[in-house]
Amino acid sequence: MPPNDQGPISVGIDIGSTATKAVVLADRVLGQAVTPTGWDPKKAGLQVLDEALEAAGVAQDRVGAIIGTGYGRISLPIFTRRVTEITCHALGAHFLHPATRTVIDIGGQDCKVIALDEQGAVSDFIMNDKCAAGTGRFLQVMAASLDVSLEELGALAATAEPVPLSSMCTVFAESEVIGLLARGVEKAGIAAGIIDTIARRLHCLAGKVPLRDSVIFTGGIAQNCDICEKIAASLSTELHVPACPQFVGALGAALIGHEITTSFSPE
Amino acid sequence: MIKTETFAEISTLRERNPLVLKEARENGLRVVGTYCLYSPVELVVAAGAVAVSLCGTSQTPIPAAEKILPRNLCPLIKSSYGFAVTDTCPYFHFADLILAETTCDGKKKMYELLSAMKPLHVMQLPQTQDDTALTYWTGEMLRLKRRLEEMFGVEITEEKLREAIRLMNDERRSLQALQDVCRHVPAPISGLDMLTVLHNRGFSCDKREVIELVDRLTAELQDMATAGRSPYTPATPRILLSGVPIGIGSDKVVRIIEDCGASVVCFESCTAYKKVDPVASDGDPLAALAERYLRVPCSCMSPNQGRMELVEKLVRDFRADGVVDLTWQACHTYNIESASLKNHVRNTSKVPFLQIETDYSASDTEQLKVRIEAFIEMICRKKIA
Repeated sequence: MPPNDQGPISVGIDIGSTATKAVVLADRVLGQAVTPTGWDPKKAGLQVLDEALEAAGVAQDRVGAIIGTGYGRISLPIFTRRVTEITCHALGAHFLHPATRTVIDIGGQDCKVIALDEQGAVSDFIMNDKCAAGTGRFLQVMAASLDVSLEELGALAATAEPVPLSSMCTVFAESEVIGLLARGVEKAGIAAGIIDTIARRLHCLAGKVPLRDSVIFTGGIAQNCDICEKIAASLSTELHVPACPQFVGALGAALIGHEITTSFSPE
Repeated sequence: MIKTETFAEISTLRERNPLVLKEARENGLRVVGTYCLYSPVELVVAAGAVAVSLCGTSQTPIPAAEKILPRNLCPLIKSSYGFAVTDTCPYFHFADLILAETTCDGKKKMYELLSAMKPLHVMQLPQTQDDTALTYWTGEMLRLKRRLEEMFGVEITEEKLREAIRLMNDERRSLQALQDVCRHVPAPISGLDMLTVLHNRGFSCDKREVIELVDRLTAELQDMATAGRSPYTPATPRILLSGVPIGIGSDKVVRIIEDCGASVVCFESCTAYKKVDPVASDGDPLAALAERYLRVPCSCMSPNQGRMELVEKLVRDFRADGVVDLTWQACHTYNIESASLKNHVRNTSKVPFLQIETDYSASDTEQLKVRIEAFIEMICRKKIA
């Protein structure tokens, strides 16, 4: 059991399109949990709350605030407050790495570039529109068309020079990949081309919100080291990947919980 | 929604007026339909006809329009054409003449199709604002004057034109005074209610009636502001909405901004603040009209420094905490100009800026909510810090 003098406890729950994440935060992270969101974001949210509290060894009545973020934040009535994933990712990244000036986040159905000022406040951001180009969903569909897992896709890509793909659109790129396979092009080169496409999409977004150092890479895709390296090389920038990139949004949400319940400041 | 009799009267104008229009037309009144702020309504009024706004702000007729028009065209053009082709805009139906301008490529080619349905007069609008353009545009004013005179068998005298300019300038005065009540912190009326008034007043056949109504509403709102009555608090984030034309039916972004807890205090768009610039009342009236209408700071002009200056002034006058620049998908001029406007706002007003690119449909509502909510969180955290 954690000691009782650790101050207030907050939980941040990030219900994304693909994965639902929870972080239990006191003066440090006490526990966390993740589960696929599936078709029931409410159930996923409650499940990660229970699991994260259990991992932290904290009873729910000790929690001062539960903050919801991610697209599913509207689905749960238990939230003290709901905050967008933009604000949460910025807060989480700033907490982990105060020198952060840019956050690149690739989630299941969106990708975003967030600019932070010296205080860690959001100064600008850009998101993809409702199209799946440049998102985790794009990588999933592409991996499936190569009949490999996401992990294998990254490893495969690391071994070859990219075969250029002209389409960023998920549907068109899939046809393009099928065409390349039919012509006997090596899988590895196509895999590298697929990762390159994500980087090009980020390049477009970053044209509107320039990448200032330090650049932090968050979201589920950032767990894949091979993909991170490829993207960093394509963007010609150094990417800092935190230890648990998928939890940065939930961490930011928990930090808002602290702001509400105390005068705790992440500085 | 504010509940005053005047507001109710104005907000039902669009539903009530087709009947008035039908009757007036049976009694010999001539009707000219307009789509755009570049239409010199003064000439229509001086010809003894009535100018009404035509429908083009609803998603409903867009599928019908897409049978002929390309899908990747701006929703305003598709909606306008869809209303016409399905005969669901009573104002289009009752119009004797449609007045149009070559503001952008999409519109001018769409007007070619419209000309098969109705008598149409297209003014060739220059796309820059220098003296050569002004000379040409003055010629276009003269060409319209002759067309109206010929079509309606009237003479547009200088005196009639001056009278029309006085009337329309009075309308501009009244519309500016109405919008200026939102300079109060907090604004006494929501952005959506303001848009309802600005949109529906355009469907009135009687300019004097609508000026009187708007003036009455302004007085009521001023009283509310003085008494401190408002749907908002002084801490509510204040948003300037700039960009493309919007109206009721294409109000999605206004609704989302206000649902997310902010207040739209000013609209830069052409049915709102772009409209209030008066026509000079001295000198040659036709030249004065040409000068005023060419000055409209629409993104179809190149360059369009006037819009940068207008937005900068409005941010200051309305104490806006942020600018949301709304651009319709496939509206190239507003979409491209957004980059210049963002730079200008960053360098002069120094308030956060968000571009939203969307259409009339509800399909991206959730995605827009995230952006807009995050933008408002950004403003609120900045205000507290």
